[in-house]
Amino acid sequence: MLRQLRPAVVLTALFTLLLGLAYPLAITGAARALMPAAAGGSLIRKDGIVIGSALIGQAFASDRYFWPRPSATGTPYDASSSSGSNLGPTSAKLRERVAGEVERLTAAGIATPIPEDAATTSGSGLDPDISPAFAAAQVARVAKARGLPEADVAGLVSRHAAGRLFGFIGEPRVNVLKLNIALDALKT
Amino acid sequence: MTFIGWLQIAALFLAVLAAVKPLGLHMVRVFTGERTFLSPLLRPVEAGFYRLAGVDERKEQGWLAYTLSMLAVSIAGFVLLYAILRLQAFLPLNPQGFGNVAPDLAFNTAVSFVTNTNWQNYAGEATMSHFSQMAGLTVQNFLSAATGIALAVALTRAFARSKAATLGNFWVDFTRANLYVLLPLAIVVALAFVALGLPQTLDASATATTLEGGRQVLSLGPVASQEAIKQLGTNGGGFFNANAAHPFENPTALSSLLNIFAMLVISAALTYSFGQMTGERRQGWAFLATIAILLIAGVGAVYWAESAGNPILDELGLDAAAGNMEGKEIRFGMAGSALYAAVTTGVSDGGVNAMHGSLTPLGGLVPMFLIQLGEILPGGTGSGLYGLVVFALLAVFVAGLMVGRTPEFLGKKIDGREMKYAMLAVLILPVAILGFSAVSAMLPAAVASIGTPGPHGLSEILYAFTSATGNNGSAFGGLSGNTLWYNTTLGLAMLLGRFAYVVPVMAIAGSIAAKVKSPASTGTFPTHTPLFVGLLIGIILILGGLQFFPALALGPIVEHFAMLAGTTF
Repeated sequence: MLRQLRPAVVLTALFTLLLGLAYPLAITGAARALMPAAAGGSLIRKDGIVIGSALIGQAFASDRYFWPRPSATGTPYDASSSSGSNLGPTSAKLRERVAGEVERLTAAGIATPIPEDAATTSGSGLDPDISPAFAAAQVARVAKARGLPEADVAGLVSRHAAGRLFGFIGEPRVNVLKLNIALDALKT
Repeated sequence: MTFIGWLQIAALFLAVLAAVKPLGLHMVRVFTGERTFLSPLLRPVEAGFYRLAGVDERKEQGWLAYTLSMLAVSIAGFVLLYAILRLQAFLPLNPQGFGNVAPDLAFNTAVSFVTNTNWQNYAGEATMSHFSQMAGLTVQNFLSAATGIALAVALTRAFARSKAATLGNFWVDFTRANLYVLLPLAIVVALAFVALGLPQTLDASATATTLEGGRQVLSLGPVASQEAIKQLGTNGGGFFNANAAHPFENPTALSSLLNIFAMLVISAALTYSFGQMTGERRQGWAFLATIAILLIAGVGAVYWAESAGNPILDELGLDAAAGNMEGKEIRFGMAGSALYAAVTTGVSDGGVNAMHGSLTPLGGLVPMFLIQLGEILPGGTGSGLYGLVVFALLAVFVAGLMVGRTPEFLGKKIDGREMKYAMLAVLILPVAILGFSAVSAMLPAAVASIGTPGPHGLSEILYAFTSATGNNGSAFGGLSGNTLWYNTTLGLAMLLGRFAYVVPVMAIAGSIAAKVKSPASTGTFPTHTPLFVGLLIGIILILGGLQFFPALALGPIVEHFAMLAGTTF
């Protein structure tokens, strides 16, 4: 066993330098040089101030904005502490929570059957997207709160709806933060 | 289930299939010591490493010395990682100022990463400094995977050689696996990941002022470099708590497919290397066919169960057509989540892009069952191949019993000695999984960790020990695992699943290598035919799977009927 000690210790140390420091630092340098926006977290800035990341969902409660999915993080959409609910399919807590969401959404004028994603939490608690069905169901509420014609808001939603890549990879979706930024930019 | 969903699944498997031969051949060149296109760049580094480590690369080792070397590097890795975690607060690159990791959590985490399990009883973004993630966890992502590849190569040589006393040199195989296989692939995949949107920065976080005037702290870090090797090395330990469901680890459906491709490709290609090195190329394809049949069946089962949805929630007024969306991300949907869930468990990766604990009962049963089959579909880098060979030995033995012939595999006679070692290896899984689960289900302190009571609670415990023993790392996350009991017992289960399995496998390798390799005769039972593939699938399901059926009946199967009856707990 002693004969194994030197190669074990020396190779572990050398590989720590190569794979633990040189490799990630070289990738960091290359990423910053070649793709600075992505490497920095795809941040969206407005007047020089960071207002979010294109990839990360944000909490919205006001009627003037499209709402995201419910979030299981401590405070909704806490991007420093990602988490799913991890509740099992027969959990009473899950049933109670979804029932509460259904009540909230019907009170906000969304007809049943409610889009599945509107009342369930995502795996990360940070899902940036909602389904096109959930977005469509919110058009009337947002248009009314902003005093805009429904057709304008619906048009905005369809312009922000993303389809499947090459027609078969992924799912149709609407990025809520980008949609709401565009909404703010819309002339009232 | 939709046609488009299946198209996406088919595209992924075809992409992996296309890579099997080129990557498999590259690995053959690497491990037979031939020059590769990377040699001009890497050969000086390799030679320098040997010089500093005092390794004579021409000197081969017998199975025992090879195994001891493997254990030595695992122990060295464990000690270093444990020390880094315990001393985190005093080490550099800690912009968030995280404190030292607690002793039991550090033990669990160090074991977890050294055994290629990557079970995580911590939330990455709230526990680990950049230094711990890079110099600690990322390094073990490489080294544990390289260790698995080396062992698989040694076992392959045992079948390739005749009357041989040695299996190669562990230090050489280990070094070459890191330098010529894992590192180049990791660099390419890491840069592709950044292009797809994964962050790669030394900043700790960015702070955003939200549209509604709130404050959102976005955790960042060197994510892409760690994700690349996390998948290529079938480690699965995420940078963030939510793993590959987190948009920064997995921003698009395309990045998700690249994740799945990366976790499959080395293990799949090793079947080709095995065929090529043993001179029985058809054997490699037979292994790959076995893997593909079982894995695609697994994907289909999860896809079907998740698309069918959860009637308890649908009754409340949800649109049943969308399937079960709890714990899933919009961009992946049913097909993308099902594909990831089945592959990550068939492969011993353990990363997740949807929360397994929130899958429907049958959708959650499948990933658990795929781990219980022994992590061979196609399993972890290297570990999958040697696991599959063990099952192949059992299959020829059973076939031999049925027709009254001496069992033979690739020209090597299989005797009682190899069968005893093979049984020792495969029995580790039921002993550790069912043993620890049974004790935990009886201990009030262990039961208190359960998130969802009722049959799902048993599933949470069973899944935890299944995942740990199978060196997978995924979880039914409702279970609070960061307790003294689970940190310790899950750590032990991971050690048993890795090392108590590997030692008998290496003893088999030593004994097989020493035998004469005889040419096939008319009496030889061919092991590359559809008949053998069918037999192997049968052995895997019966021997690997059936022993867990009673436990699964009490967990996910009971829960399935409870769900149909609308019962909650």
